[in-house]
Amino acid sequence: MADAHHIQSNDPNAGAEQRKAIWKTFWILLILTALEFLIAFTVAHGTLKVTIFIVMTIVKAFYIVGEFMHLKHETKGLIWSILIPIVFVAWLILALLLEGNAVFEAIFG
Amino acid sequence: MASNVTTPGAVEPKFWMGGIEPMKASYGKLMMWFFLISDTFTFSALLVAYGYQRFSFPAYSGEVADFVNSNLYWPIPEKVYAAVPFLHGVYLPLVFVGIMTFILIASSVTMVLAVEAGHRKDRATVEKYMLWTILGGFTFLGCQAWEWAHFIHGTDNGTLMTIMENGKMVEKTIFGANLTVNEYGPAAFADFFFFITGFHGTHVFSGVILNILIFFRVATGLYDKRGSYEMVEKVGLYWHFVDLVWVFVFTFFYLV
Repeated sequence: MADAHHIQSNDPNAGAEQRKAIWKTFWILLILTALEFLIAFTVAHGTLKVTIFIVMTIVKAFYIVGEFMHLKHETKGLIWSILIPIVFVAWLILALLLEGNAVFEAIFG
Repeated sequence: MASNVTTPGAVEPKFWMGGIEPMKASYGKLMMWFFLISDTFTFSALLVAYGYQRFSFPAYSGEVADFVNSNLYWPIPEKVYAAVPFLHGVYLPLVFVGIMTFILIASSVTMVLAVEAGHRKDRATVEKYMLWTILGGFTFLGCQAWEWAHFIHGTDNGTLMTIMENGKMVEKTIFGANLTVNEYGPAAFADFFFFITGFHGTHVFSGVILNILIFFRVATGLYDKRGSYEMVEKVGLYWHFVDLVWVFVFTFFYLV
């Protein structure tokens, strides 16, 4: 890892591939955000719209964490150490949204 | 880094014996990752609490075009965030927050370009891109300050609402927002706006301060002396995380 990261600066082409990947990621993020903007005003409010937004957000998160934060290119151990704790967030979402729905039913249902 | 690895005596090094990096990431970088995990939980808690509140409150069910502000149902975000600086009274839903999103994504790109230049120990390029990142951070904070000011100050006409005041229900016109009452919807709506965007803004602010500090150390040649620009990488992780959080705030606060 140390050798791969310490490319000599006198090589003009050093890191060119990496810079290409960075700009590619930038365009993907920009296009996805523009699409989100478009969908916000063209698709009717409802489950479909929310699902599209959540999927697009996760795709954007994948590119930011994977490319910008370089996690995609780290060791498997590091990748799993970061991703597995996120399971707790999934549980939190499930628990609190169900609870919120129950509160709504109790008051307004 | 491999140059720091010391093999103790004749003992053959094993994976978890120390002296090597099992995850091929330095101690500092690994700890930054674990800090970001804990920060993920904090932001998740805030956003999920927002979802909880939203699910437990009636949603607006009519046509979007007929929407009027009321504290009896949750507002449609695009109707609330429709103002842009210097264009007073023009209805431009989500345009300003779109600009803010673009600024943050762009500053993330300049940050990762600084990190890449750091790998090549190209000090001038690192300096250039870090300055762009700092500028992007300050621009984002300026936009957020304007957005907050507008949100607090409110619209020209306000909203006529029935609210509880000194134990009695009174009807009055509300302008803008504070933590107890706001013209856009139920009190919790503005509360979550202040807490979530405020907590994110605080992170952007500390990110800018860290970037300035690291820029200063790059410019004075500390990392050339040290032989590694890894500190740029660590502060970069933090900066991308701030961008990542904004992606989620943008979706769950402004779009859904």
